[in-house]
Amino acid sequence: MNRKQKRNLIRIIVSAVLMIALKYVPVSGGARFLLYLVPYIIIGYDILIKAFKGIKNRQAFDESLLMAIATLGAIALAVYEDGDYTEAIAVMLFYQVGEWFQSYAVGRSRRNISELMDIRPDYANVEKEDGQLEQVDPDEVEIGTVIVVQPGEKVPIDGIVTEGYTSLNTSALTGESLPREVKPGDEVISGCININGILKLKTTKEFGESTVSKILDLVENASSRKSKSEDFISKFARIYTPAVVVSAIALAVVPPLIQMFAGAGPAWGTWIYRALTFLVISCPCALVISIPLSFFAGIGGASKEGVLVKGSNYLETLSQTKTVVFDKTGTLTKGVFQVTAVHPEKIDENSLLHLTAHVERYSTHPIANSLRAAYPNEADDCSVESVEEIAGHGIRATVNGDVVCAGNSKMMDSIGAQWHPCDHVGTIIHVAINGEYVGHIVISDVEKPNSKEAITQLRKAGVTNIVMLTGDAKNVADKVAESLGLDTVYSELLPADKVTKVEELIANKKSEKERLAFVGDGINDAPVLSRADIGIAMGAIGSDAAIEAADVVLMDDDPLKISKAIKISRKCLGIVHQNIWFAIGVKLICLVLGAVGIANMWLAIFADVGVMIIAILNAIRALFVKNL
Amino acid sequence: MKKSYKIDVDCANCANKMEDAAKKTSGVKDATVNFMALKMNVEFEDGQDPKTVMQEVRKNCKKVEDDCEIFI
Repeated sequence: MNRKQKRNLIRIIVSAVLMIALKYVPVSGGARFLLYLVPYIIIGYDILIKAFKGIKNRQAFDESLLMAIATLGAIALAVYEDGDYTEAIAVMLFYQVGEWFQSYAVGRSRRNISELMDIRPDYANVEKEDGQLEQVDPDEVEIGTVIVVQPGEKVPIDGIVTEGYTSLNTSALTGESLPREVKPGDEVISGCININGILKLKTTKEFGESTVSKILDLVENASSRKSKSEDFISKFARIYTPAVVVSAIALAVVPPLIQMFAGAGPAWGTWIYRALTFLVISCPCALVISIPLSFFAGIGGASKEGVLVKGSNYLETLSQTKTVVFDKTGTLTKGVFQVTAVHPEKIDENSLLHLTAHVERYSTHPIANSLRAAYPNEADDCSVESVEEIAGHGIRATVNGDVVCAGNSKMMDSIGAQWHPCDHVGTIIHVAINGEYVGHIVISDVEKPNSKEAITQLRKAGVTNIVMLTGDAKNVADKVAESLGLDTVYSELLPADKVTKVEELIANKKSEKERLAFVGDGINDAPVLSRADIGIAMGAIGSDAAIEAADVVLMDDDPLKISKAIKISRKCLGIVHQNIWFAIGVKLICLVLGAVGIANMWLAIFADVGVMIIAILNAIRALFVKNL
Repeated sequence: MKKSYKIDVDCANCANKMEDAAKKTSGVKDATVNFMALKMNVEFEDGQDPKTVMQEVRKNCKKVEDDCEIFI
């Protein structure tokens, strides 16, 4: 509680106690009026002042004015009838309770969410010449400075490890709970927490350009981009309040006038009371507060899970996603080539790998890297001589005196080796020793372990059409699509074709309300990311272009996060719609009941404060997304 | 030029009103108020001095919502 909240709480209690005590004080007439005025002024003075200032500044239709009119009117009626003053005080009291609760709830959720995003480093340790550490403002650290991160501290600035081995906790950034091991030479992003060892980093960026600043900036500005629901509510509030005030005036004046002309006695008191009830119900607070709060909580909950949503509008779009278009490499597949099959003839599997790895010893081609990765002990005492790379064919080398050729079918043809085709999909390396065919090795991009589950989850989340775009060969693409169960696949596309395809898919949507999401790894698909209704970049930590172009950024490259993001957005939008219908519904019902005289001031108070409290509590649910 | 200011305001509707008032101030190209983060992002028109414009913005915001503050 801050000071203002404490003060208001005291006002509420004092005034409530006074109001109840006055029930038992035996006075009447003018004295009673004056006594009751005390709790009223205590609880309502600021509202009265605000209402007065509102009129002075020609900003008449605000809630303070409504409350002032309603309560002053109720007091006037009580004086006129020498009746019940408690109603006016109670209305003001409940209004203040509502305001207090709102301010408390908003403050709490504000703090909750900022705790979630508690990754802002306060200082950086710079080593001075005498070896002492000095804490400095991260903003003042220049690129290339060596900083020290002690166990338990946050990495303040992106950099490269120069000294030290440690585990880093990245969960605040990626939602991933498994610690990451780092060693000298590794890149480290800011915002991670150092768990055990002392780490020395050479910074590669300024603080303002570092991952942690970018992320904080993104999250803090997210709710500035307003969703359609929020726009709707602010427009609604703009029309609603004046409309209710006009209706209230009409309700106070028109029926009694009709009664007068009809010859019956005009019941002014009844109708004015009903009009005042109307005014109490009218405040649009519940809507105006709960909708942005829901979005704020939704975005906060999502960032805790490693899903950064750049604005409420994107959360809204994401919830309407029916088509998800994937770029293949780096999203559904790992984007690294691996040996997926070894088919030896004549020699055993290990020797085939062994020989091939030797031949590829000096090559920097990605295929050579993956072969060496499959046979990690390549650097043994075998002799590898006269290595010759034959462009478009493969590599020839002399290993332990034998001439070994590793390459494609063209190479085998040219040396006259009898090669066999393979039923596996991928890049095939044929191997021959002294011109005799000994087998082949299949290298292909592998699916991520979670890809299949991710597709299933996406369908569960209500996505009807899952498409894959790729620049890869048709047989490779078809195989991935089949094993994952995708709906459509477009292969052998150039980067520009991807944009055209996405445009086609957008144009062919079944209905206006469906949205298309594109998922890429952010490496050369920035144009597609920005062309899609919503662009999702995966594993985008450190890639500024992707963070710039995408609307939703997944901190790690787990495809399951996509369905998670969609589920979070659905939940959040569900809550938003519940709140809109609930608040408008209850208010309209109470307005009708008030107009016909069934609802009294007490019900009106519920329609105002009660609805608001329920809506706020509902909005806070959007924060809890861990188990979606 | 864009700048971000901390604000203090109690209710969401008031924040909306502040946003409107800020947008209407001359010298302001666009403004958004983020009630949850208690921040106001203002984009100034070219050649305007943010300091003087913000004084006006504050004045206009005070008009629509007496109980608000912008920390310039």
